[in-house]
Formats: sequence, C-alpha cells, structure tokens
Amino acid sequence: MKRSKPTISEINNSPRPPRKIDSRAELRQLQRVMTGALFRPLTSQWGMQKRWTDGAPMKVLASEFIKPNDRLSSFERLEIYNRQYWFRVLDCLYDDYPGLRAVVGERRFMKLATAYLTKYPSDSYSLRDLGNRLEPFLQEAPHWAAPREELAVDMVRFEWAQVVAFDGPAKPPVTPDDILDIPPSKLLLGLQPYLSLLELNFAVDDFLIAVKKGESEALRGEASNAMDGAPKAAVRRKRVRFPKREKVYLAVHRHDNMLFYKRLDQEAYAILTSLARGDTVEDACVGAVTASERTNVDWSAQIKEWFDGWSALGWFCRKL
Amino acid sequence: MPANAFNGFTEYGIGIGLRVPHYRHILAKKPVVDWFEIISENFMVDGGRPLEVLDSILEQYRVVQHGVAIYFGSADKFNREHLKRLKKLVKYTNTPWLSDHLCWGSVDGRYTHDLLPMPYTFAVARHTAEKIKAARDFLEVPICVENVSSYAEYHASEMTEWEFLSEVVEQADCGILLDVNNIYVSSQNHNFDPYDYLNNVPHHRVGQIHIAGHSKFEKYTLDTHDHPVLDPVWKMYAHAVQLVGSTATLLEWDDRIPSFEEVHNEALKANNFRDQQLAATAP
Repeated sequence: MKRSKPTISEINNSPRPPRKIDSRAELRQLQRVMTGALFRPLTSQWGMQKRWTDGAPMKVLASEFIKPNDRLSSFERLEIYNRQYWFRVLDCLYDDYPGLRAVVGERRFMKLATAYLTKYPSDSYSLRDLGNRLEPFLQEAPHWAAPREELAVDMVRFEWAQVVAFDGPAKPPVTPDDILDIPPSKLLLGLQPYLSLLELNFAVDDFLIAVKKGESEALRGEASNAMDGAPKAAVRRKRVRFPKREKVYLAVHRHDNMLFYKRLDQEAYAILTSLARGDTVEDACVGAVTASERTNVDWSAQIKEWFDGWSALGWFCRKL
Repeated sequence: MPANAFNGFTEYGIGIGLRVPHYRHILAKKPVVDWFEIISENFMVDGGRPLEVLDSILEQYRVVQHGVAIYFGSADKFNREHLKRLKKLVKYTNTPWLSDHLCWGSVDGRYTHDLLPMPYTFAVARHTAEKIKAARDFLEVPICVENVSSYAEYHASEMTEWEFLSEVVEQADCGILLDVNNIYVSSQNHNFDPYDYLNNVPHHRVGQIHIAGHSKFEKYTLDTHDHPVLDPVWKMYAHAVQLVGSTATLLEWDDRIPSFEEVHNEALKANNFRDQQLAATAP
C-alpha cells in the first residue's frame, strides 16, 4: 500500500523526545512522544507503523529515547506497548458493543473502532467511558457504518444507555408525601439519572437480544498491564436478520440493580421526555394526549396506569 | 506486632483480588478469606450493581484498595474528579492503606490505560514524590506505591529502577507495595539480578507484597497474571519475607481466571513460604 506523504501540519506537530529529563516540561515532552507512538494504529499485521508522523523512520525515533537490549531493538520494545494499547482498548470496545459489532460486521468493527479511538482517544481514567463519544463519531463519519448508518447510531445510543443504566447515579425516589398536596398543574417530577429515553428508528432491543443469544459472557482482565494476544478474533456466528425500519420508543433502566429495557407507547415517551425537560405533570400529559393520533383511548385510565408503573419502578425523583 | 514502620497490618495475612467471575461464589458461599483487594476504579461509580456487590463484601470482609489510574508519574496535574471519587471510596471502604503504581499513563488528559515505565531521573523522582505527598494529604490515607513490570527503558534514565523507587519513597515518605513478580519480569527484560533489586530497596517501607504469574516469550517476558505463580517468583517471595518480615500479601490473577478455590489455594501457598522463612529467622 502506498504511504501518503505527511502534511506540513503533521511535520510541525511531530514531537521529538527530549535528550534529558531534568524538568516537568521535559517529562511531559517524553510522555507526549510516547503517547503519540502508542496511539498510532497498528498495521494490518498487528505491528507498529514504520514511519513517524513526519515521515521519519520510526526506528530512528524509537532509538532516540528507548534503549535496545540484547534481544530487542528500540523499535521492538516500543512496539510491545503500542500493541498492548490497541489490544486493550479494542478488546474493551469489542466486549462492550456487541450490537454495533453485529450491525457493521466483526472485521469492519475493528476498523471502525480503530478510527474512532484515533480521533477520540480515551479522556477518562475508566475504560467504562471508552465508548462515550461513539455516537458523535458515527454522526460525523457515517461511512464507517455504511450501508447501515442509522441502525449503527441507534445501536450505539442503546448500548451507551446500558452503560449509564448499569452504574449511573440514583436519586431517592419521590414518596407520596412529597407530592401529596401539589396539583398536577404545578407538580414537577425529575427522572432518575440512570434512566435513558430513546426514540429509535429500528427495534435494536430485539436485535441485540438475538445477537447476544448464544454468546458467552466475555471476561476482561482487570489489573494486569499486559495484553498477550491480538484482540478477539472474529468468530463465525449465525447471522441475525437486521431489523426493519420502525419507530420504537425505549426506556433503558435498572431495577434491583438489574438492567432492563422497556418499550414505551409514543404518548408515554412524550410524557416522560416532557417531564425531563421540566414541564409540569399536567402540561406533559395534555401535550402528549393532544399530539396523539390515537382515538378510543381512555386517557385518564391509561395515564394513571403508566404513572403507577413508573412509580413502582422508582423512575421519579424530586426535581431540584 | 508490625514487621516495619509502614506495615501496621501484618495480621492481614494472605488476600486475593476481588474479580467479577468470583462474585457469585463469594456472595453465596462466603469463603474464609483474610482480605480482598479491590481495583478502586471499578467501584468509583455512582450506583448500581458494583456498589451493591461492594456493600455485601464490606459486610463480611476486610477490603484494601488498589488503583490503576492515579498515575503519580504523569507530568499532568491530578484529575481532580478522579481524586474526589477516590476519596469518597476511601471513606466508604475504610481501606487501611491505598496502593497504586509508580508509573505514568496519561498526558494532556488522554489516557493509555496502561502502566508505563518512568524515566529514572532525579527531577522525575522529585516530581513524582510531590504528587504522592499531595495525594496522601488529600486522600488522608497511607499510600504504598507499586513497582511495575516493564518492557522498555529510557536513555534519559540516570539510575536503576530500585534506586529510583527508593528515591521516590524516601522523598514522599510513603510505603512500597513490592511486586516480586514485576521485579522478576523486569529483570528478565532488562538483564539485571532480581535479588539486587530486592536487597536494595528500603525494606522498612514495604507495606504489602504482590505475587502473580507471568508468561515467557522468545524475546521477552510479559506480566500476564494468567498463570499460577512460578518457582523463581516463589523463591523471591521467600527472600522478600526474610528481608521485610511478615507482610500482607496478595495473589493477582486477572486473566483466564480459574475457579475461586483454585485462586485461593494458590494464594494460600504463600503461607508456607512465609511461615518457613519466619521460622528460620526467628531468634
């Protein structure tokens, strides 16, 4: 494959390692160079790229700050860390986003994940947050998910909502006493921070259940700083039929610390999103019913049933 | 009676790492374990299942926190949000000491999620010690720093790793989490005698010991934590106990994790080495 020439900007922004480290600034310079080397994607053979960002040979750059030993060159020693970085982060996304993997395919997923992490390296101390910018990435660069761009975005929103539901914060639920004397025209209700409301164009919930069926739960190493193998190899699985386009309203939440997703009627979704925006209970309900195209519905009974259910699930908290 | 000034918890004995595949067994069977080491970052969350599990563990067991992302050696200032959450967890678990690694792993707010080796210079030692002191003052808990395994060394280094570790902990006046497996792995990768390392760190600062398995490849050795502890590491552990006295010891097993019993039995082998050494050195 022909290598594209580095741009002037790449050459000017190509850091070089300091010769000595007598200050914090020089330490930072070394750490920028090494991080820059680690964050560069691996070759198709899972090796370190042969050229630095300015086009200079990588072996020259590595030899400027890494000592060789009797078995490994400077390049090879740096490559161990380059490989470990990518094996770790790709493995993490592989485990956390099985739905996106199924949408784009296993091999394409690795390319997408590499492009994503190249543009958005981790900005959190926790690997939990590694996929927190996948949705904007797919909005900005939809070609990575072509021809299923919209399905991929729906799936990523759904899978990120599950991360939030798993360990997101919970506030004390409202009690009857909290709202006893407040009329619906003045009653404001907050929603639990771990609850996500999604308006989707595909039934990604059913799709993900089908994808996960038969997949064994993957285990991730926790404290070792070593990754001794390439990211999980593509496994031949029975292909799940992609979902057809249909409007789906979904609540992703937890109950008794178990993860759940619940389909919502359009009007129920409208009420909940309206409450989340800060509307009163009365305004939320009137707005949803007025906008509804459904007839022959006993709205009073329906709304009472919804609110009873949501209260039982602990979705409401005090609005600050 | 503590074995040394930084080892006020000698009676902690042999612990094992709390890992997800063992949750169900531990919560259901409540096995007898001296203590559990938790990875701090796994529990620095706002709610849900992780904290529910932690609550159940804390009801039954002593817990010690071990971190993987403070990065004392990063040139960046601390991530304040990280420290605040860590302090909240420290108060929650009442950990008697807290450990993290003598390494770096982030720069300019971008994280590698790795434990990267330090350049061993006096300026870097000063900077790192200042950060350890600042963290201890903020967190209000004793800190032990752990030596990492490494696969590369820098031209800029001015001293050996054990000299650097000693320089940092003396300046920071903190403890050491001595990982004997990491010393062995690094000795294989950098051609030094691991016993030179063991013999030349300040033994009176060792507050905890780690043991683990590793993997040998053709040209290097990796700290994989996916095997039982190998003989050279057990021998080093025995020597370490001779040098530092009875010390809280933890077996790390983080990948290809077998049953809880297998991990626990492997950890308890440390008792034999420790008791033999202590008997041999008894007055």
